[in-house]
Amino acid sequence: MFFALFMLILLSGCGLTVLDPQGTVGEQQRDLIILSIVFMFIIVLVVFILLTYFLVKYRERDGHRGYNPDIDGSVKLEVVWTVIPIIIVTILSIPTVYTIFNIEEVPEANTEEEEPLVVHATSANWKWIFSYPEENIETVNFINIPVERPVLFKLTSADSMASFWVPQLGGQRYNMAGMQTELYLQAGEEGTYYGRNANFTGEGFAEMRFDVNAIEEEAFNEWVTEVQDEAPVLTQDTYDQFMVPGHVGEYAFSGTHLDWVDHALDAEYALEARERQGYEPVNPHSPEAADDVPFYDIDVDTDAVENEERQNEGPAQEEEGDSNHHHHH
Amino acid sequence: MDLDWDEFIVTGEPFILAGQIAILLTTIGIIFVLTYFKKWKWIWNEWITSVDHRKIGIMYIIASVLMMIRAGVDALMMRTQLAAPNMPFLGEAQHYNEIFTTHGTIMIIFVATPFLIGLMNVATPLQIGARDVAFPFLNNLSFWTFFWGAMLFNISFVIGGAPSAGWSAYMPLASNDLSPGPGQNFYLLGLQISGIGTLATGINLVVTIMKMRAKGMRLMRMPMFTWTTLITSLIIIGAFPILTVALGMQTFDRLWDTSFFTLQDGGMPMMWVNLFWLWGHPEVYIVILPAFGIFSEIIATFARKRLFGYTSMVFAIAAISGLSFLVWVHHFFTMGAGPMVNSFFSISTMAIAVPTGVKIFNWLATLHRGRIRFSVPMVWALGFIPNFTIGGVTGVMLAMAAADYQYHNTYFLVSHFHYVLIAGTIFACFAGTIYWWPKMFGLKLNERLGHWVFWIFMIGFNVCFFPQYFLGLDGMPRRIYTYFPEDGWFSLNFISTVGAFMMGLAFVIFVYNIYYSYRYQPRETTGDPWGGRGRTLEWATSSAVPPHYNFAKIPEVKDQDAYWQMKQEGIDPNDIEEYHDIHMPNYTGNPFIMSVFMFVGGFGLVFHWWSIAIIGAIGIFACMIQRSFSRDNGHIVPAEEVREEEAKIREVKANESGQ
Repeated sequence: MFFALFMLILLSGCGLTVLDPQGTVGEQQRDLIILSIVFMFIIVLVVFILLTYFLVKYRERDGHRGYNPDIDGSVKLEVVWTVIPIIIVTILSIPTVYTIFNIEEVPEANTEEEEPLVVHATSANWKWIFSYPEENIETVNFINIPVERPVLFKLTSADSMASFWVPQLGGQRYNMAGMQTELYLQAGEEGTYYGRNANFTGEGFAEMRFDVNAIEEEAFNEWVTEVQDEAPVLTQDTYDQFMVPGHVGEYAFSGTHLDWVDHALDAEYALEARERQGYEPVNPHSPEAADDVPFYDIDVDTDAVENEERQNEGPAQEEEGDSNHHHHH
Repeated sequence: MDLDWDEFIVTGEPFILAGQIAILLTTIGIIFVLTYFKKWKWIWNEWITSVDHRKIGIMYIIASVLMMIRAGVDALMMRTQLAAPNMPFLGEAQHYNEIFTTHGTIMIIFVATPFLIGLMNVATPLQIGARDVAFPFLNNLSFWTFFWGAMLFNISFVIGGAPSAGWSAYMPLASNDLSPGPGQNFYLLGLQISGIGTLATGINLVVTIMKMRAKGMRLMRMPMFTWTTLITSLIIIGAFPILTVALGMQTFDRLWDTSFFTLQDGGMPMMWVNLFWLWGHPEVYIVILPAFGIFSEIIATFARKRLFGYTSMVFAIAAISGLSFLVWVHHFFTMGAGPMVNSFFSISTMAIAVPTGVKIFNWLATLHRGRIRFSVPMVWALGFIPNFTIGGVTGVMLAMAAADYQYHNTYFLVSHFHYVLIAGTIFACFAGTIYWWPKMFGLKLNERLGHWVFWIFMIGFNVCFFPQYFLGLDGMPRRIYTYFPEDGWFSLNFISTVGAFMMGLAFVIFVYNIYYSYRYQPRETTGDPWGGRGRTLEWATSSAVPPHYNFAKIPEVKDQDAYWQMKQEGIDPNDIEEYHDIHMPNYTGNPFIMSVFMFVGGFGLVFHWWSIAIIGAIGIFACMIQRSFSRDNGHIVPAEEVREEEAKIREVKANESGQ
């Protein structure tokens, strides 16, 4: 019954995020998943039918027939049910390995811009920081990407291990401090996709989400120019405030933190930045521990270009109310 | 650690306050009952100091059931919190994080593993015709280190605060920088202390099985549960030292600022992940292989047939145990280790499906041409087959790395491992306990209540976990404490929560059944209580009043189903002409005291209270020294006493059959 339901839901193609991908990487994974479901469904069916048949036929009852207690095996049968699983595993291994290798490659571009867009995605408790090194801009908790163009995400973490995941574009990969991993994704359709950290990172984990806006290439280029020209410059002090655990809203900056730190090479930066910001970790059960994950309003230094010396001033860590805490699109 | 006294007792949570009151009342209640009925001496002499494998097995099972209640309540709180979007039930993330961490840790370390070890303790020596395990003193020590390790872990939620970094305790999240406070220390010390017991049990059972089998019991005549116990014990010996070392390293990181796995000074957090799963994956087979053994015994017994394909079953377990050490990377395919590595671990993981499939089809073939009786242990074993198959095939799906990138860390995974661990291990714990209940307590549990428990639990289990496959495919990650209405995860989560409460209800009926059966069920006198269908040696000895020496005369084994063969040939193994003296080990209080000192020392380390830690260490060494110098050669049960005891049992039997 459950499996009938299962197939019904699958065949109706109803909106299960992972089975409704919007890009080539996600599509390959969906195809592999559907293939495996078909095979697994057959196996389950065989087991269920045999089990039901034997239980009905050989249950102890009046007029019980066919009882034979001395059968202790059958080489022929045992070979059959050793070889069949081997064949199934082999059949599933081939597309699996093919897909594993394939999604490490750059997806084919459908745009004039053939080179993938490079975006560094850095996780920090509990926010996402995105750097566009070629465009020299940085965003927090959202990204804009051009539709149909492959995007190369270079993943790392400022502190605990996170997992970068945009289900409708493709499967996840870990962000680890002191290391860099890579992930290719591509959006085939315009739209806003939900992305998040999938690997548990502590208190603020549930709300560690971001939006991926796939937009036309032209609009993307316009947006880049706009951020380059109008967004505040990212200073190290501003950046350090993002290293303090807590939630923040969406931001865009000109310049990137790659100018002074690459977390893939420096695992200690975030801890040092916290110290600079006067943050001390406390036992969550101590009286001074906050009940909820704070939502910070980062004090963006808009005059940074003119007043470079202001960078070393103290932080602003006012706690905002809960009004925009569950910020979600 | 600068720990203020106002941080020592956890305050400010109504549920924790309720827990504290419950602990206090239970403790007072136990002390009152033991004092009022003058049972202190009895509990010390008959239970705490016991080296009898069956009593130790029973204590393991009781402790595991208590832990199951604790972790089950954790599960119900989690499911309530997730029943609807933006639930205010648990208030904040930290509380939820502590609950899922303790739920996972307790269910694996303090429920599944010790429950099965309890059943192994009860059944294995009986199945091989031994009088006890090879090292009875060590067996008692194993139990008490497990028990006091579990207690140390458990008090964390009322004292100091529970760990909250997940049961896998990934670094650097579990480091002092990101998880301050004593919580994670409780995890490290609690697991370390109980891990000593598990490792010792592994060694003990391997030696027991290799050296103490009855005459004629060749390896290929051992009952299937004994086979799985042997191979599980070998996995324990291979895997647990890895955990011991990894826990030790993380303990050093947290207590003495070393940098094995931290962000600073070139620590390697991913090394923790590797070490953890190098133990953690074999651990999954430590809790599933004995379950396979239990189901093999039960299916053969109630189908009234020889187990189909005995030899291929043995090779399948051996193959699974070998593969279990070769697949740990599938827990972190998303680490970015490269396509070659992921392909290797994908295929090696999928390969486990082959021996597992062989076992499933052998069980099905055992039913073929059988005479199947649907007693309660059998319905659990039969319920296991379809549910475990669902868990198994979704495991193959997860093994396909490229697809796993989409399921990893989602409810698809959560559902998969609950389908294998509940339908495999927990069903086996129910099945095995009910099956061997007459051997432990001399009576059968009530069958009617037992069937109710089975159906409510089995339906509740599917209602709870089946929807979670879809939640996973819809992008719901595990370990989130809340979600939003826009996510569209409400209805499936709600259904899931309903199922969880059905399982809770079934468990309550199970506990009631124990009480009910104790009051009203007739006592068992035959020794072979399942309609005379017993096949292996444990049914050859009496079970009405189990004598502590197991067998008055060790039977000679001529067949894989030794007792079945004797019945076929009309041999009564209890028809003994001449009785002999029996050499048995003495009871001892040393392991209990030593384990209490481990608890004290561990508690001191959790809070960095060195003086207490040193007191604990001195106590441990004092106990070891006492043990080294003690001369304890056990005692002799004279032949005459054996004869009298056996005659008493025969008399009871004669009276029963005469009525």
